[in-house]
Amino acid sequence: MLKPIDLKRRKAQLAARPWSGAEREYDLFKELTVGVVVVGLIVVGFAAVASSPDEAPVNLQSWANAQPADFVATATAELGKTSDTATYGPPYSTTKGATQTLGALDLQSFSGTRIPIDTAADFVTTPLHKLQTEGPALAAWNAASSKQQATWTGNYGTALSKAPGGKPSSVKSGNYGPVPALTGGLLAEAQRGALDGAILSEGGLFNTDYTRSILFLGDGTYFPNLADAQHLTGDQWGVMNETGSYPGQSWLWLFSFWYQVPAIGNLPNADLVVVGLMLFLTLLLALVPFIPGLRAIPRLIPVHKLIWRDYYKRR
Amino acid sequence: MSDIDQVETGTPTEAETDHTWTGRTRRWVLKRLPPDKLLPNTQPSYVASWIYVFGMGAIASLLFIIASGVILSLNGPMWYHLSSLGHFVNSVHLWSVEFFFFFMVIHLWGKFWMAAWRGNRVLTWITGVVSFAVSIVAAFTGYLVQTNFDSEWIAFQAKDAINATGIGAWFNVTNFGQMFMWHILLLPIAVIVIVALHIVLVRMHGVVSPIDADETDSQLINKEIAHVETH
Repeated sequence: MLKPIDLKRRKAQLAARPWSGAEREYDLFKELTVGVVVVGLIVVGFAAVASSPDEAPVNLQSWANAQPADFVATATAELGKTSDTATYGPPYSTTKGATQTLGALDLQSFSGTRIPIDTAADFVTTPLHKLQTEGPALAAWNAASSKQQATWTGNYGTALSKAPGGKPSSVKSGNYGPVPALTGGLLAEAQRGALDGAILSEGGLFNTDYTRSILFLGDGTYFPNLADAQHLTGDQWGVMNETGSYPGQSWLWLFSFWYQVPAIGNLPNADLVVVGLMLFLTLLLALVPFIPGLRAIPRLIPVHKLIWRDYYKRR
Repeated sequence: MSDIDQVETGTPTEAETDHTWTGRTRRWVLKRLPPDKLLPNTQPSYVASWIYVFGMGAIASLLFIIASGVILSLNGPMWYHLSSLGHFVNSVHLWSVEFFFFFMVIHLWGKFWMAAWRGNRVLTWITGVVSFAVSIVAAFTGYLVQTNFDSEWIAFQAKDAINATGIGAWFNVTNFGQMFMWHILLLPIAVIVIVALHIVLVRMHGVVSPIDADETDSQLINKEIAHVETH
């Protein structure tokens, strides 16, 4: 009688050898053809009936026209370099201590400031200069010290937050320097549609990089609120969703799931932890054949008895 | 000298003595993947379950993804916003992707419960997992280049996870041009190459036998009887 270890080895050898037992007829090309026809009917049917989402993008013009107060408040923060983008850290700015770290591991800083963004210059003063708007205010801004500039933007930002509805027209007079003129001029250019092109063209004529425009939009509340209304924000399972009632990237459910766990989602380094977790789990899945315990699960939970029930019935 | 001559005389054929790189490669390929393995017209009797159709379903979906993607590429990224035909092709592209992942996930779970890595099939399993992971990145870049609200929000939101790893400096999700090239060229090549390798490995090693299949099983002892019974 064979020892259990010999029996196990014999069965393993059987799986490694070409099958020498009973066979059934099989037509690879026929199966492929049937597969293509059936899947074709399914996807064309779904495309015809369910279509696909295509919500129009927003831009600086639509933002400035829809919510001018939010636009001006954000432009003031960009000018004062206090916005999210200005203080983001690598790869956009050099802000110290802004990166997500895992102990001593600071991968975000490793890349350096490879996509430098000066929010005051890139979002406000350069477009105004290019559009030849608010010349005297620009001259006054450029002549001031950085300390003076920070005082002006700080004062104006506070005044805007206290004004009814955040309206620039309701702001009480104060020491704001040229900031109201600069942000008001930027608003006017945005509303007539000139600012989108001015910021995009900072990368040259053939520019396909929308980083600056998207980051500027994201610093305000208009863009994130629209996403919130479309159930697209991080606390609503984030990037796995898409506009409308479409399934979106449902395969990212596990990635989004970790953000819904408060112990992980509320961490200051949540992104890094979640990406690390997903890389670890993907590696684990790829290496299942080598991991004792994990590789034994299919034997312990006999789903295979169902898959090969005909074979086991006749063994 | 023909193969028949070699069988009759016992002397090696030219193909067997050819020590050029090409000759050696041909011998290596034909030894591991002879035509009857590459294009089989029989399968072991145990290959008789609905679970086996999902791998083919994923391949069929991939063909529709490629075909609809080629049509979208011919017309440029803005076409589908302006043309009803373009919008329909975009819809086919979207639903092909949805079903590609649906089939692929069922295929993956099916293979897990079969412990399909047994019998020197570890690389087949690993290429399957890698093709799943690369397909996720390919689909993600597709969502980034829709040139609509969805794409600009996903780019804004996803940048934080990518930047936190330091990769965002080189893989800038808010750079439409860069993501477009990744989506229509680099990642499709990666997916096609890995899926092709996966299929070749499946053909080389064959479909894994049932867990605990043994020489004493009736379908191995008495092949003829079992063959009749399965038909």
